[in-house]
Amino acid sequence: MDITRNYFELFGLPLQFDVNLGLLGERYRELQKEWHPDRFAHLSDREQRLAVQYTAHLNEAMATLKSPLRRAQYLLALVGRDTHTETRVQLDPLFLMEQMELREELAAVVRHSDPEAELERLRELSGKALSALQAQFVARYEAGDFDAAEMLVHKMQFASKLQAEIDALEDRLYED
Amino acid sequence: MAYSEQVIDHYENPRNVGKMDDSDPHVGTGMVGAPACGDVMRLQIKVSDDGVIEDAKFKTYGCGSAIASSSLVTEWVKGMTLDQAAELKNSQIAEELALPPVKIHCSVLAEDAIKAAIEDYRKKRS
Repeated sequence: MDITRNYFELFGLPLQFDVNLGLLGERYRELQKEWHPDRFAHLSDREQRLAVQYTAHLNEAMATLKSPLRRAQYLLALVGRDTHTETRVQLDPLFLMEQMELREELAAVVRHSDPEAELERLRELSGKALSALQAQFVARYEAGDFDAAEMLVHKMQFASKLQAEIDALEDRLYED
Repeated sequence: MAYSEQVIDHYENPRNVGKMDDSDPHVGTGMVGAPACGDVMRLQIKVSDDGVIEDAKFKTYGCGSAIASSSLVTEWVKGMTLDQAAELKNSQIAEELALPPVKIHCSVLAEDAIKAAIEDYRKKRS
């Protein structure tokens, strides 16, 4: 395994945001089998260590490409843009207002007369918002407008967090 | 990670949580967000005609340090003039709350929020 290749090359996938997840899973399982540390148990310590390293690299690659947000961040990292560290970036206040309102509505779900339907409505809203951001990201990234692509990834970070919060609330509501 | 007593106090008893009417000409609203953690913060001030902050409210969706930072700022700015409030530094917030280095960005967010609220108010009045 050549760990200097990027994650897309590793899985033999085209370098782009849209990923065939079925194919990704297939290639992952093939590589996982090929590099499973058990297969190197009879070899030298050095080779065993390498197999463990390769597997870790493979798992990181899989986790990165599977998540739309992490995939977008990775695409930007490939062109030298870091979107992981805290930056003092000025975000569009209207966008933040929307995000704030969605969170307030989410916090009110438990008091709603029909929490299930309300949660579903919010899930649809936030899902649509996230898809729209992703579509814009693809367009800007492919146009080579990395400043705009970076801003869109920042927005995706808020929208993804909201989705995670919707999932968490759903778990809490229906855990009994 | 362990939170300081000051953070826990503000987190458990946040001061001045709420919302003001944004269409009120005396109200300035600051909306800020921290992309890397997805935190969102709204900080609002109500300013008297002679430029003194009479009231402040906030709402923060984020970690304990972000909530505590914004809660503290709303306490501090009440009674300040706009110029005094604009002088607030994130380092003062971080020091008061004994924030660890990884949480400094939460105090930066609160500083940005009060500055944005002041700017919004001034824009409204001009």
